[in-house]
Amino acid sequence: MKHDPIGAMPAYDVLIIGAGLAGQRAAIAAAKTGATVAILSKVHPVRSHSVAAAGGINAAINPTDDWRSHAYDTIKGSDFLGDQDAIEIMCREAPAEVMWLEHAGVTFHRNEKGEMDLRAFGGASMKRTAYVADITGQALLHVLYEQLMKNHEVIDRFEEWFVTSLIVSEEGECVGAVAREIRSGKIETFAAKSVILASGGAGQCFSPTTNALICTGDGIAQAYQAGAPLMDMEMIQYHPTTLAENGFLITEGARGEGAHLLNSEGERFMEKYAPNKMELASRDVVSRAEQTEILEGRGVGPDKQGIYLDITVVPRKRTLEALREIVNIGKDFAGVDITREPIVIQPGMHYIMGGVKTDIHGATPLPGLYAAGEVACVSVHGGNRLGANSLLDTLIFGRRSGEHAAERALAMNMPTVSDEQLGKDREMIAEILARPKTGRRVSEIKQELGTTMNRYAAVYRDEAGLQSAHEIIRRLKEEAKTAYVDDKGAVFNQDVLGAVELDYMLDCSEAIVVASLERKESRGAQFRTDFPERNDAEWLKHIDVSRNGGDEPKISYSDVTITDWQPEARTY
Amino acid sequence: MAEFKLKIRRYDPEAGAAPYWDEHTVDLEPHRSVLEGILQARNENDGSIGVRCSCRSAICGSCGVRVNGKPGLACHTHLDDALASAGEDGVIEVEPMGNMPIIKDLIVDMDAVHWKKIQRVTPWLIGKEPVPEREYIVSRESMIDVTQSMACIQCGACVSDCLSMEVDPLFVGPAALAKTYRFVGDPRDAAHEQRLKDLGEDKHGIYDCTHCFKCIEACPKGVAPMNQIMRLRRIAGNDFHIKDRNNGERHEAAFVKNIEKNGILHEADLLPDSYGGKFHPRAVPELISSLPIVMTALLRRKMTPGKALLHPHKAPDGVKRIFEVVEGRDERNEFNLYISGTDANNEGTAEVAEAIETAEPAGVAPDGTEGSSA
Ligand SMILES: Cc1cc2nc3c(=O)[nH]c(=O)nc-3n(C[C@H](O)[C@H](O)[C@H](O)COP(=O)(O)OP(=O)(O)OC[C@H]3O[C@@H](n4cnc5c(N)ncnc54)[C@H](O)[C@@H]3O)c2cc1C
Ligand code: SF4
Ligand code: SF4
Ligand code: FES
Repeated sequence: MKHDPIGAMPAYDVLIIGAGLAGQRAAIAAAKTGATVAILSKVHPVRSHSVAAAGGINAAINPTDDWRSHAYDTIKGSDFLGDQDAIEIMCREAPAEVMWLEHAGVTFHRNEKGEMDLRAFGGASMKRTAYVADITGQALLHVLYEQLMKNHEVIDRFEEWFVTSLIVSEEGECVGAVAREIRSGKIETFAAKSVILASGGAGQCFSPTTNALICTGDGIAQAYQAGAPLMDMEMIQYHPTTLAENGFLITEGARGEGAHLLNSEGERFMEKYAPNKMELASRDVVSRAEQTEILEGRGVGPDKQGIYLDITVVPRKRTLEALREIVNIGKDFAGVDITREPIVIQPGMHYIMGGVKTDIHGATPLPGLYAAGEVACVSVHGGNRLGANSLLDTLIFGRRSGEHAAERALAMNMPTVSDEQLGKDREMIAEILARPKTGRRVSEIKQELGTTMNRYAAVYRDEAGLQSAHEIIRRLKEEAKTAYVDDKGAVFNQDVLGAVELDYMLDCSEAIVVASLERKESRGAQFRTDFPERNDAEWLKHIDVSRNGGDEPKISYSDVTITDWQPEARTY
Repeated sequence: MAEFKLKIRRYDPEAGAAPYWDEHTVDLEPHRSVLEGILQARNENDGSIGVRCSCRSAICGSCGVRVNGKPGLACHTHLDDALASAGEDGVIEVEPMGNMPIIKDLIVDMDAVHWKKIQRVTPWLIGKEPVPEREYIVSRESMIDVTQSMACIQCGACVSDCLSMEVDPLFVGPAALAKTYRFVGDPRDAAHEQRLKDLGEDKHGIYDCTHCFKCIEACPKGVAPMNQIMRLRRIAGNDFHIKDRNNGERHEAAFVKNIEKNGILHEADLLPDSYGGKFHPRAVPELISSLPIVMTALLRRKMTPGKALLHPHKAPDGVKRIFEVVEGRDERNEFNLYISGTDANNEGTAEVAEAIETAEPAGVAPDGTEGSSA
């Protein structure tokens, strides 16, 4: 049930933007407290990018495992940039969360005893990844959506509504959002006591990427524009096994099941880089090893830009049962039967560790605004995220932000919200529609941005490259102002929304490049060839980027929270 | 690179004009998808082409369309395959899915049809009490088994061309019933009987399917909705003694329509032909679990064994053996892709596969691997 204090404006205790795992989990948690809840998503919730997660979700549920071991692996994986208080919370609460999911209906694979089965994943000291074949994200997302359908009387869904801005009151609090109903073109103000951003990552800033077309960093940019700081933006994860041609992901589950990486000489080269964990070292380590092999001329494939992933060493029956989706991806998108021959892969952009800065309750420094999931930076992933920790992050901090946002809301009155932002956003859309056909195409600018980022902000970076990336982004920002659209209609005008998304991607990319330039050391996913060492004395700190009113990003720093684990050398 | 001609069905609800065809030439590698073709046309020629899409890799379920009249995912259809099934003019036709109202261009109103039907089947787990402290202890196979229906991405391709739904728009339909199996097959669910009663007594429920195979053909994820429906019926009948209230009336109507549309041999031919005219690996488990339907059809004289089901050269004796093997089991054996994969070496499938080997036309390996299509 929604309140309706000021005429037609929808108003809720908690307004959630994004219906991936983080958003849906937040909605369920908030509704449970009795708060009124609405959830908005620019695509139908089950189309959210969480659906693509393949490998699984980490939790120390095995009685011989311990959440502290999970926490240590996560901290080491983060190259000691993760905040240890947040990591402790995530790992401690993980088993209960996974049990909650199981009770809600997730069909986790079982072992012979009928208990949940666990598989090995990168950077983990034991098997602790629960999974549903290699469609874990899909299974989780669809089960959460079942729960939304079940709770349809207490959670209002606005499906295919595109949020264009957050609303900040004169008192400096976030009090709602403006959104456009894609189907009709109608634009509306949503008032709310608390707003939770759960709008996912920004992979489309890069080309190629494993991320879906909808991952355009909308929430990161909206929070940034509203004055909330971003953190760890330089930390971009390149996944070790993506298809060269289109960036599709081959899940780490493949290496978890025992697959090998081979160079052109047929060597299992990980022996040189991570003699203990081999293929299952942290992702940054494996991606760098691959890139080094490629740069030194031991790549495979037509232009020697790839590495072989050999899944034939995994028993065929097991592959067909547990890696079915990548059997299909290999067949449908690369023409390779992975059960019979190796497949050519390469490191590819996959995940953004950074995002809107939050505390352990998901609250951002902007009062009333919460963030959870890939859009947020708690920071539990620090310099490098472990495989199967992201689904966990979305659920734990989705739930926590849902609970805290509701608690805050239940203790306050509905703020008065003006239609000022609505007016601005209406004008912005009208301005885009009115642009003459003289500028560049949106798709062209987007493509140039993607290739630029993939060239200069990738596995290896240096000052000169990052500088040129920044210059290109500044130019593209100018060009984006006149980018024209063909579709002038109201109904399902995806063209005009594409232009809005382009602006978001440019803001995100700029923050990424500025933070990467700032960090003059190599840590986690950020490897600076001009500063190849980790430098704890100067750089064991987070880089925050905020806009503070102007268009120029401003840098500040915040401390890394250390509880029990002091930084040490990182080997696998 | 190669050039492909795409003919996209366009409809602009604001223009007040009828739908029309819009042709674009795109330049892409032949193994690239129809979706990439549409996106190239959109990015380079006309930004107003409306199509839902996100993942590009057949997992988000956004891009259900009809390509050359057949429902499927645009991102899961290769351009060269699409060209092969195109008409003589070599133009690939892309249209919105059927059975659902069109909003704009290739975008249909899934809420009005698909999602309404999903909501109809009480689509959430009703967990058995008491809820355990840790996970429910259930067999490994049971979880793998429901994973097949869990693999549904709600794309609507099966709904698009469901024959029963054309005849009876109120039919709950293939996707929602596959979703039902996801609970009825789940040992943790406490409401198997209520669910089956509910959908058995509803005349638009589980007995409203005419087993036309269209949903099996359409489904990009191997969910095989019709098979899930048949399993629901078997469990309803065998375990809960629920009777078919529909008396097959609607079936008859749909069946007549099917025959009108496709000619008399079509339905029977679908068995071997829906997977490339032979016992394709993927058809094996599906074929086996659909045998009882064939039996029913035979008993009702909808098909005559010699003429319709079995082409004379397809070794009727062998097929009889498959029936014998399957029907002779004490325990009901539910096959699905996740259990059997395409491996003939799995327990349970081996003897059947052996029987199939003798039944099928020569030249296809028992595990079917030689016949797998790209
Ligand atoms: C191919 C792939 C495989 C992966 N595998 C794993 C894995 O095995 N294990 C793991 O832990 N992690 C994995 N990840 C990472 C993980 O899937 C994601 O980080 C996580 O799902 C993000 O969830 P989310 O809820 O934050 O966002 P998303 O699921 O991306 O959801 C974002 C939501 O926000 C909405 N939205 C965005 N912008 C707007 C707007 N402007 N207006 C309205 N709504 C908006 C979208 O519609 C969507 O509903 C994988 C990622 C990829 C790409
Ligand atoms: S088999 Fe049944 S459910 Fe499937 S398309 Fe035909 S009538 Fe519809
Ligand atoms: S059953 Fe198959 S075709 Fe039908 S909605 Fe699900 S995935 Fe799509
Ligand atoms: S784009 Fe996701 S299924 Fe086709």
